[in-house]
Amino acid sequence: MAEHEDTTHVEHEHTTHSQIFYIAIGVALLILTATTAAVAFVNLGPLNPVVALLIATIKAALVVIFFMHVKGASEKLTSAVVVSGFFFLAILLTLSLADYLTRSWR
Amino acid sequence: MATKAASPVIPVNQTPKLNYLNNGHGLKSWLLTTDHKRIALLYLVSVSIFFFIGGIFAMLIRLELLTPEGDLLSADNYNKAFTQHGMIMVFFFLIPVVPAVLGNFLVPLMIGAKDLAFPRINLLSWYLYITAGILFLHCMLNGGVDTGWTFYSPFSTEYTNTNIVEAGIAVFIAGFSSIFTGLNFIVTVHRMRAPGMTWDRLPLFIWANYATSLIMILGTPVIAITIVLVAVERLFHLGIFDPRLGGDPLLFQHLFWFYSHPAVYIMILPSMGVISELIACFARKRIFGYKFVAISSMAIAVFGFLVWAHHMFVAGISLYAAMIFSFLSFSVGVPSAVKVFNWTATLYKASITYATPMLYAFGFIGLFTIGGLTGLMLATIGIDVHVTDTYFVVAHFHYVMVGGVLMGYLGGLHFWWPKITGRMYPEGWAKLSALFVFVGFNLTFFPQFILGYLGMPRRYWQYPPEFQVLNVLSTAGASILAVGYLLPMIYLLWSLRYGPIADANPWNAAGLEWKTSSPPPTFNFDETPVVTWEAYNYDEIPEKELEAPVAR
Amino acid sequence: MHDSRAIPGPASTTTTQVATADHEVHNPALLHHFADAQQQKNAASLGMWLFLVTEIMFFGGMFCAYLIYRLAHFNAFAAGSQQLDIKMGAINTAVLIVSSVTVVLAVKAAEVGKRKLLTGYLVVTVLLGMTFLVVKGFEYKEKFEKHHVPGPSFNFTDKFDDNGKQIPVNSKEAELFFSLYFAMTGMHALHMIIGCGLFGTLAVLAWKGHYAPSYFTPIENAGLYWHLVDIIWIYLFPLLYLISRHS
Repeated sequence: MAEHEDTTHVEHEHTTHSQIFYIAIGVALLILTATTAAVAFVNLGPLNPVVALLIATIKAALVVIFFMHVKGASEKLTSAVVVSGFFFLAILLTLSLADYLTRSWR
Repeated sequence: MATKAASPVIPVNQTPKLNYLNNGHGLKSWLLTTDHKRIALLYLVSVSIFFFIGGIFAMLIRLELLTPEGDLLSADNYNKAFTQHGMIMVFFFLIPVVPAVLGNFLVPLMIGAKDLAFPRINLLSWYLYITAGILFLHCMLNGGVDTGWTFYSPFSTEYTNTNIVEAGIAVFIAGFSSIFTGLNFIVTVHRMRAPGMTWDRLPLFIWANYATSLIMILGTPVIAITIVLVAVERLFHLGIFDPRLGGDPLLFQHLFWFYSHPAVYIMILPSMGVISELIACFARKRIFGYKFVAISSMAIAVFGFLVWAHHMFVAGISLYAAMIFSFLSFSVGVPSAVKVFNWTATLYKASITYATPMLYAFGFIGLFTIGGLTGLMLATIGIDVHVTDTYFVVAHFHYVMVGGVLMGYLGGLHFWWPKITGRMYPEGWAKLSALFVFVGFNLTFFPQFILGYLGMPRRYWQYPPEFQVLNVLSTAGASILAVGYLLPMIYLLWSLRYGPIADANPWNAAGLEWKTSSPPPTFNFDETPVVTWEAYNYDEIPEKELEAPVAR
Repeated sequence: MHDSRAIPGPASTTTTQVATADHEVHNPALLHHFADAQQQKNAASLGMWLFLVTEIMFFGGMFCAYLIYRLAHFNAFAAGSQQLDIKMGAINTAVLIVSSVTVVLAVKAAEVGKRKLLTGYLVVTVLLGMTFLVVKGFEYKEKFEKHHVPGPSFNFTDKFDDNGKQIPVNSKEAELFFSLYFAMTGMHALHMIIGCGLFGTLAVLAWKGHYAPSYFTPIENAGLYWHLVDIIWIYLFPLLYLISRHS
């Protein structure tokens, strides 16, 4: 198992996308930025922060997947590292909130 | 054991082979080295110095507590003494000690690599450690810090006049040193293993250090930013933890313990790895339940991140959260118990050699069990409310951090001493000092359990006279313990010159590190090893060498 | 890793026979302790990703503080957020996104060995990063002028909504918002400064021809760092600038 992980991915040519593709992703990111700024002025009630974070996450995902090349030729290990980072951040946030949201004297 | 004619080991009286120690001389060859083994020795020296300084503060504390009155130190100086003791011992000794000394030396050797993946970052990590250490000593000589090692806000952000910022920067830099060590280990274990060294053949010491490194990577940045926030609150009035602005000092504790509880596992996990190696070698058996012990290391690393608020049960967190954290804290007991039971099961019907490292291993199992079980008591909210901030807590974490970590470290240091230096330590003196450490340790800290249960609070420099007997016992134990720690410093130095020459594998142990010469050559192996055997294949190692006497 | 030389004998024998290590002609960038360039590249890449995880956790501590305080003091956060300059924030977001594109184009140029193009993209990236910092500087200047910098001179009164109605805001809690604002954007700006230095160095080295299609790992890894700093800003922008803008 270990050997597979280390050797089977010969990834010299992992930047598989063209220049045009990268610029297109960049344009998509700019459009999303404009969208999130515009949507912020529309009253969606409690959905405003949800939408803002959703768009931010889409943007972050675009950057991670296409600019940082996590998808495609790169290994599963890289994805595992990224996911573990966000997983432990989620632990920090949720378990802290478990305290703050249940304090009866607030 | 005399070198056998058939053995491929270089005969003793031949001119010594070029090894990492005699390959290059002079200060520059050490201070600019990228050899993981030399960096391990740099760490060994610097960590020992900090242990000595921290120990001096420990003795000051114990001497002050010899009498009920506050006579030796003033209250302020006592605060500073236990703060320096805690900070030095935690950040500059316990956290780096096993990974940076033994781990640095052994991780590449055990997996058959020439070096760690990033040798220059490894050296950088030592320089960061030294920079942090010097900064901290400078802070100490200029008055020190009096917050306790925990930097609790709002005392640290608002009230204390001591130099929090400088101490904080020191801890911040030391944190980066630790991050770089962890990063190096993870990449090395993933990328640098010798052919055939699959994950299920990794020594348990490697698994333990891998799990430790995960905590270093995931936890340390959080305390780094927490300390930065404390510093900017002091320097620039950014009141993140300031209750006057609606900030919450408890948030500091959340962030602090998010790292500092897992930090306990940074300390203890590598020692557990050492113990696995020792027990397998001196019981001449494969560790019982190898996979479970390996996975339990990872489980401890992950569960360790779920339990931090048990340090805050009486600090004002919600009862609901307290119950969750109490429950989760018990879950860490499971993988810890898996380890203890599997070590014990390994010993069952084994032919055990009572060499010094094994004595430390036995000490570890007993003391860690006591430390762990009292930890479960403290995870129980009902008990914790009563004994929070008493000597019960002090005794508990010393049983884990000193009884656990130091036992593992000393055991490992003796075990690998012939590999590190090419010389054997004097067995008789070593056994004596192991006895001193064990007796002294228990005499120091067991009375503190009773003191805490009777209600003596920690961090006070005076106490009611009825507590004096137990405190005198504790101080007496600390003196014995000090002798137990000083003895190895002396006889290990002595052995550098006068110790019997060790051959490549004096313990007849399994493991790649024993298959190269002692001390190893600069690139560890003359030829990249190919692993075709399972870890701890003691049943395949020829029986006859078993009789080799340990003391020579 | 790719070593298929003879297997040494049984487990108990040692491998100390002096071997003549067969050193092939090495890539000058290949360090001695790696078996081949691929192993070195994989190690560097994994190391960089692990470093990025530490960055996530580093900023994560502040995001945690942000989340908890925003839930506790929403009105003050909204009022504080509305005092931020959304135009400057949006422009800076765009600047960073464009810089991320130039970074990824630089990596592509390095991969195909176009030295001048690579240097050009790296220089443009540095310029964009500096643009970001300059805009940020103007924002900070505005905060100083409006006394929105936490500390003894902090002043946050007379906040009106679009209809001219005064918003009841606890100015102390608004100070907390600005504390977080400065901590988070300040730490981000520090990372930008480091990034600019890093890319400036890379640009010089690239111009001198240090990188080739066979070896451009530093460009790739510095790119990963830049993208992560970009991602952090992608979250900071809505979280700091866009709270309750519709009210």
